[in-house]
Amino acid sequence: MTTAADPGIVRFESVGLRYGLGPEVLRDVTFALAEGSFHFLTGESGAGKSSLLKLLYLALKPTRGVMTLFGRDVASVSRAALPALRRQVGVVFQEYRLLPHLSAFDNVALPLRIAGARESEIARNVAELLAWVGLKDQMKARPSTLSGGQQQRVAIARAVIGRPKLLLADEPTGNVDDRMALRLMHLFEELNRLGTTVVVATHNIALVERLGHVRLHLDGGQLSTDTPGSAASRAAAGESPRPMGKAAREWILKGVS
Amino acid sequence: MFARRTDLSLERDAQDRFLPWLVAFMVFLAVLAFALAIAVHQVAGRWDKGASGTLTVQLPAAEKGDDARLAVVLALLRETPGVISAEPLAEEDLAALVEPWIGRAVVGDIPMPRLIDVRTDPNAKPDVDLLRARIAAAVPGAAVDDHRAWLGRLLALLRAVEATALAVLGFVLAVTVGTVIFTTRTGLSIHHEAIEVMHLIGARDSYIARQFAARALALGLKGGAIGLALAIPALAAIGILFGRESGGILPEVTFSLMHWVAIGLLPVLVALTAMGTARVTVHASLARML
Repeated sequence: MTTAADPGIVRFESVGLRYGLGPEVLRDVTFALAEGSFHFLTGESGAGKSSLLKLLYLALKPTRGVMTLFGRDVASVSRAALPALRRQVGVVFQEYRLLPHLSAFDNVALPLRIAGARESEIARNVAELLAWVGLKDQMKARPSTLSGGQQQRVAIARAVIGRPKLLLADEPTGNVDDRMALRLMHLFEELNRLGTTVVVATHNIALVERLGHVRLHLDGGQLSTDTPGSAASRAAAGESPRPMGKAAREWILKGVS
Repeated sequence: MFARRTDLSLERDAQDRFLPWLVAFMVFLAVLAFALAIAVHQVAGRWDKGASGTLTVQLPAAEKGDDARLAVVLALLRETPGVISAEPLAEEDLAALVEPWIGRAVVGDIPMPRLIDVRTDPNAKPDVDLLRARIAAAVPGAAVDDHRAWLGRLLALLRAVEATALAVLGFVLAVTVGTVIFTTRTGLSIHHEAIEVMHLIGARDSYIARQFAARALALGLKGGAIGLALAIPALAAIGILFGRESGGILPEVTFSLMHWVAIGLLPVLVALTAMGTARVTVHASLARML
C-alpha cells in the first residue's frame, strides 16, 4: 500500500462511475498501484473491467470519489493538460484500434508524431521496436492484411513506443492461442522488469494463476484484491520470451527511468 | 506541409471532393464581381471628375448663319473667371451626333440648336447660377447645363452596382464558410473512431485540427486555381465585347497591376477562409469531447 506522501502511479478512493443516468458500473472502488507493480484485472463480462481501464487511460472521469494518476487528481486536470498525461499511459485496446489506412510502421509511429518527435528519430525507433515484436518484414503492411496476432503486436508496439510509465492491456490474450498468450505475458513482464507499471485485464484464469501476480477482481462493479499462487509457479512457466534487442532494452530503460 | 499524407487519411474522403468545384464557382463569381466593382468604380470616378470640369451652353435653334448670338455668349463666357475654354460645336459635328438618332434625311431640314462646349477649372469653378442668369439675359432661351442632375442619378446607380458587387464577395465567403463547416463536421464524424484513438494516445486538438485545416487549404487552393483559370478568359471576353459594342458610350476601363494582384489574391483569400473555418470547426467540435 502506498502512503499519502507517495501517491504511487494510481490511487482510487471510493471511486464510482455511471454512464449518464444509468446505474453505477463501478462502486466504491479503492486501490492503489505502486510504481513498477504488475497487476491482473479479472472479473466476469460486464463486471466493469473495461470501464475501470477507461478511467485509467483517461477516456472517462469518475462520477464520484477521488482518482489520482501520477500524483495528480484527475478531477482537477484541465482538458488542455490531458494529452500530456495520456502520453505517459500506453494502452493495448481490446480490439487493437489500429488506424486502418496506416501501415504498421505509421501506426506505431503515431504516438511519436503526435508528441512532435523528429522523423529520423521516429524511423529508427519504430523499426527497432517492430523488429522486437517480430514484424520486421510487415512494416509497410496495412492492419487488414495482418493476422490477429500480428495486429496485436502492432498495437503493443504502439502502446510502448512512447515509453509509458503505465501500460494497460485489455484482454490481450482473447484472440490468440495459449502459446502466444504466454509469450505476450512474458513480454509484458519484461517491460515490467524495466520499470513500467502494468495492468492486464483478462478472462484467462489459468494464465493468472500460472504467473501469480496481484489480482484485482471486479464483481458487480466492486473491487477486491488478492494474491493467488506464488512466485514459484512462475518458474514452471514454459517458453521464455523472445529476447529483446539490446538497443530496444536500453531505449525503453531510458524512457522509464 | 501538404506533402505528407495525413494520419487520418483525409485525402481518401469522398464527402468533400466537391469542395474544389464549389470553391472554383465561388472564386469565378468573386473575380467577376470584383472586376465589375473595379470597372464601375473607375467609370463613376471618371464621369464624376470629367463632368465636374465641363458645362454645356445651348442656344435655341435660329436661322442659319446667325452667329451674332453665338459671339455674344462666347465673349461673355471667355471673360468669366474659371472658364478655361469655350468652343462652339461645329454644325456638321452636331449633325453627325444626332444623325444616328433621327436619320440622315431629316438632319438637314430641321433647325438645330447651337451648343458651346465649356471647360472650367475644377479648382476655381465659376458660379453656374450667376452665369446662367447672365447668359439668359443676353440671349433669351439659352440654357446652361452643368450635367449635375442626370449625373447624380447615374452615379447613385453606379455606386449601387459597386456595392452589390462587393456584397457578392461577402456572399462568396459566407458560402465557403458554411460549406467547409458542413464538410468538416462530416469528416469529424466519419473519422470519429480514429480521432478518439488519437486523443487517447495523447494528441492535442491542434494536431487533429491541423490535418483538417491542411486538407481544406489544399482543396481551397485547387478550387481557387480552377475558378481563376475560368474567370480570366471570361473577363477578357467581356472586355472585348464591351470594347466592340459600346462604341465610346462607356469610358474605357483599364486594370492596374494592383488590381490584377488583388484578383490573383481572391482565390488565396477564399482558400485561407476555408482553412481557418476547418480549424475553428474542429476545435469547436472536439472541445465537447473529453
